[in-house]
Amino acid sequence: MSTTATLPVQTTSLTQGGLARRNAKLAEMLTYGLMRLVTYLMVFAVGYIVFDIVANGLPAINWEFVSQFPRRSGAQGGILPAIVGTISLVTLAIGVALPLGVASAVYLNEYAKQGRFTDMLRLAIVTLAGVPSIVFGLFGLALFVLVLGFGASILAGGLTLACMILPTIIVASEESLKTIPKSFREGSLALGATRWQTIFKNVLPYAMPGILTGTVLSIGRAAGETAPILLTVAAFFLPVLPGSVFDQVMALPYHLYVLATQHPEAAAVRPMQYGTALLLLLIVLGMSLLAIVFRNYFRGKYRW
Amino acid sequence: MWRKPATSPSDKPNPLLQSSGMGRAAFRDAVISALLKIAGSTSILVVLLIFFFIAKEAAPFLMGSQAKTLLNLRWLPVSFENESYGLLPLLNGSLLVTAIATLITVPLSVCTAVYLSEVSNDWEKNFLKPFIELLAGIPSVVIGFFGLVVLSPLIKSVFGLPSGMNALTGGLLLALMAAPTIISISEDALRSVPASFKSASLALGASHLETVWKVTVPAALPGITAAVMLGIGRVVGETMTVLMVIGNAPILTASPLESVRTMTATIAAEMGEVPFGSEHYHALFCVGVVLLLATFCLNLVARFILKKYRMVGSV
Repeated sequence: MSTTATLPVQTTSLTQGGLARRNAKLAEMLTYGLMRLVTYLMVFAVGYIVFDIVANGLPAINWEFVSQFPRRSGAQGGILPAIVGTISLVTLAIGVALPLGVASAVYLNEYAKQGRFTDMLRLAIVTLAGVPSIVFGLFGLALFVLVLGFGASILAGGLTLACMILPTIIVASEESLKTIPKSFREGSLALGATRWQTIFKNVLPYAMPGILTGTVLSIGRAAGETAPILLTVAAFFLPVLPGSVFDQVMALPYHLYVLATQHPEAAAVRPMQYGTALLLLLIVLGMSLLAIVFRNYFRGKYRW
Repeated sequence: MWRKPATSPSDKPNPLLQSSGMGRAAFRDAVISALLKIAGSTSILVVLLIFFFIAKEAAPFLMGSQAKTLLNLRWLPVSFENESYGLLPLLNGSLLVTAIATLITVPLSVCTAVYLSEVSNDWEKNFLKPFIELLAGIPSVVIGFFGLVVLSPLIKSVFGLPSGMNALTGGLLLALMAAPTIISISEDALRSVPASFKSASLALGASHLETVWKVTVPAALPGITAAVMLGIGRVVGETMTVLMVIGNAPILTASPLESVRTMTATIAAEMGEVPFGSEHYHALFCVGVVLLLATFCLNLVARFILKKYRMVGSV
């Protein structure tokens, strides 16, 4: 008898507990569903921008577009000088920043005694990473263009961009050096090699993939920046190829800005704008993709 | 203790060990070490040069007769008689756009970071995160162009405005641009919360949701705060996107639907037209000083938080 009396009581308490648990489960599912929605919204926003540029830019890109000089202040013809300008700027910037950046990273990670000086150095690096791009432009204008007398030129713009990408290269190179096991260094040192021989022959080669990844990413960043070159190099409309590093050039990002906002028939040259935007996007995203491929390729290659 | 034998024939220098090759290698090592130190100091040099040159070019204005107009309510650098270099409208513009961007991006980005770090499945982790980080690589001029051609007309028609060039359009785009920074660093912070915290919470009977919101997120809060500050730093310094979409009217307003002008856009738009060495030129460097100091402080505090709580994020 007593068992039959207690049973219903037990079942009710069970259902109540079950109900509470089910509510909690429901709340969890709802919250996570909402969060998933937000995440996909972000992804959608990125996807939409890329899609819009690609869909509208693709019809504008053809051989004439990338191989011809612009005509009628950019309304017709191609964007060859802007492409050449961007390539020369990026080459100079990487040429200066890469050796300096790798050397800094080697110094920080392999040579320096960690102390006040390295603390200062690290502070300088994060400060540099946080300086707004337009302030780099002001700096380049004041130092390279005016004081050093380079004028608005590839040299001034390239050096400004080099200062800007320096922290990215240092941080990427240092991260990469940090992943090389200590035993690689110890083994070489124990065999009587000097510190430099050890680093050059037994550490740097294995750190190369990481350094390359960082470099490739900064190529993308340097190619896409507008504000620094706005004040130091970029020419509004200059349909000739540069002859030396002291020449002004057109550059892709600045060309896009000019076509989109300063051109008298801005709406009519929309295809040219989209074409330039797509080309820029392709360069930058292509570099990011290359960086990812590098990383995955070498990650599989070396294991320790 | 190891002691040298008192006398030994091998006391005189061994020609093999003292070969000139060893000496040269050691010498080369010392030279390279010095060179590396010099190269390593470049960053410090560049930072010092930046501060020096921005301050040097701003100084003539601060010493000059127009310095007091910095506190005026109008930014009117080109005028026949009454030039006025009031920073207030520019600060207003920068603050308004930054506030809009922050209000939009912080809840969305933190939510995304928590989702990616705590809830998502492997597939989402491997594909969605790189995809969102892709956004960090899109040049700001391309985002500005998208804003100009697509978003701005949309805002115009949604709100029934005469023009879609306003603080809201700029704020929305900047919200998107700050997202990768905030998401990526917040996620690092969330991941650095020890697993034992979560296990303890789950063992006490807390649900997964309760564990996430009451244990993991609070534990990662310093890192998330730093992430938000670094994101805001990016928004404050962003130039091309705002220049292209906010309309650039230097007025005092709190309305997101008004056209405003930020400090960055002012420099970018006007520097090309001023004569070097003029009052206007030096005034623009004053704007640069404000901008540099603001982003410098934001970065410094954020790095301090990250370091203190050992939540190291990438630059």
